[in-house]
Parts: sequence; C-alpha cells; structure tokens
Amino acid sequence: MTCRIAAKLLLLAGMLCAAPAMAMDAAQEARFLTLSEHLRCLVCQNQSIAESNADLARDLRDQVRTQIEAGRSDDEIASYMVARYGDFVLYKPPVKPLTWALWFGPALLFAGGLAALALRLARRRKESAPDLDVAARERAQKLLESGRSQ
Amino acid sequence: MKAKFLIPLGIFIVLVGFLGYGLTLNPREIPSPLVGKPAPAFSAPRLDDPARSLALADMRGKVWLLNVWASWCTGCAEEHDTLMQFSRRRALPIIGLDYKDAPADAEKWLRQRGNPYDLTIVDPKGQIGLDYGVYGVPETFLIDAQGVVLHKHIGPLTPQAIESKIMPLLAQAGGAK
Repeated sequence: MTCRIAAKLLLLAGMLCAAPAMAMDAAQEARFLTLSEHLRCLVCQNQSIAESNADLARDLRDQVRTQIEAGRSDDEIASYMVARYGDFVLYKPPVKPLTWALWFGPALLFAGGLAALALRLARRRKESAPDLDVAARERAQKLLESGRSQ
Repeated sequence: MKAKFLIPLGIFIVLVGFLGYGLTLNPREIPSPLVGKPAPAFSAPRLDDPARSLALADMRGKVWLLNVWASWCTGCAEEHDTLMQFSRRRALPIIGLDYKDAPADAEKWLRQRGNPYDLTIVDPKGQIGLDYGVYGVPETFLIDAQGVVLHKHIGPLTPQAIESKIMPLLAQAGGAK
C-alpha cells in the first residue's frame, strides 16, 4: 500500500517536473492519472502503468498523454490499448459471456449461501419445536407422571 | 450423514485441481487480440540502408515471419541459434524488427552472431512495436499473404514452437516450399 502511494507521489513529482513541456490542464491531468491507474503494465502484470517504471509502462503513459492532448476520449484510448494488448490490459475486465462467471459468480455464490443458510435454519426450527397436538401432550404428561410414581 | 464431512474435502480437491492446472500455464503469455486480424500497417527504414524502407504492403503475397528483437534483449540471444537454423531452411522470409535499439549496436550484433533475417527494419521509438502489442522482446508474428496475423509467439523461439506451431500454419497458408 505504501508502495502504491509512493509510486503515485513519484509519478506526480515526475509530472510536475515535466509540466513545462506539457500542455495538459488540470482536468486532463486528472484523466491521465485515472486512466494510467486503470491500465495494466504487461511486463510487471501486477502493477498499473502509473505505478510501473518498466520501459513499456513509460511508453504507454506517453501514449496516453499524447492521446489525451490530441483530444481523444477515455473510451477511445482504452480501446486503442485493448486492440493492441487485449482485455488483459484493463484492470476492470469488460462484461461479456466469457467474463460472466467472474462478474456474477460471487453474487451467485452469496445468494446460494444465503438460501442454504435460510433452508437450514428453517429445518432446525422445525426439529427443535415439534408440533404436538393436545392429545399427544396429555399422553406425554401421563407418561412422565407414571414414571415418577414408580 | 457421514458423507457430509466429505463435502469440504471435495471442494478442496477441486480447488487444488484448478490451482494445479494454473501452475502449468505461463502467465507471461497473453493471447494477442491481433491473431486472425489484419496486421497493423507500417513503413520503416531498413537497418542496412536507412534511405530505403519496407512497408507491410511490400510483403503482400508472401507468408512471412516478423521477428521483433533488439541487441539489448537477452531472450533474443537465446533464440538466435534457432533462428539461424530456421533461416537456413529457407521456409519463408524472415523480417527482423529491431525494436528500440541503436542501429550501430544492432549491426554489431548481426555481424558477430550471424544474420538470420532476409531484411531488418528499425523501430527506434517502438511505435511499430506498440501497434503490434509488443510487450516483451523477443516476439514473433506469422503473417499470411493477405497480411493477416496467423500466430504470435511470445518469448524466445524454440525448435518445438517452430515445428508444432509455425510449420503447420505455414503449410496451411500455402507458403511452404
């Protein structure tokens, strides 16, 4: 976690140092930061291109920056990356049949678990408090008393 | 009732199965979205004569191999012998793409180790590499006569990869001699 924060600070510092050379306004800079946090560096795989110092991450950051400056939208930039590197480059995978299990699996598991729990609780309640009619109750009482008198 | 105790064990075994299968996969091999799609167009200067260039369109009508390499890349040294042997078979044209490299270093590399390429083009900024989704050299693309990417090999080429993947695809594409 500290590593991530440090990486972000480094990136910010780097951006500030390079600021005179760039023509990005605050909104564009914010977009640049969010976008590069959501794109995976393919060399290091568990780092975003914002965090990674790999050569490729630097190239991809430059690419994102250039495209933002050229007025491309976030979606356009994301699809530019996906066309070249595949869905893997996105930290947030798109919803499509291949990723349904990924997106809806946990919710299904949770619902299944809840249902199983509810079923079990209902059954236990039934077992612990069996319904006795009046006749059965009297018979039980009699049996208890006859046992005591012996 | 007894069987119920076996449920966690069953779940555990299934999990171990998945994890075990995961161990056999190579996480560095990311399927390329380019396979089956037209190769991105490029036009780049040649290493031997920067005044002349080679474009994707020039390779039309041939099944060919695009090998992305660099003199600084250790995996490229590893695959070099395989490439040299493969080029001697003259199965198909092999074009080298010298990725983010200094031309002088690249020329020295080819002089010292031998040149398996019919032609080498340079991509000093890595823009062609970016268009081809290159993220770790060496990478090798098999491109057919219509300019469609048939296969991408990530990492050093091996004789097995050539025999089991590239040669069959080449035969299918009708480029084998």
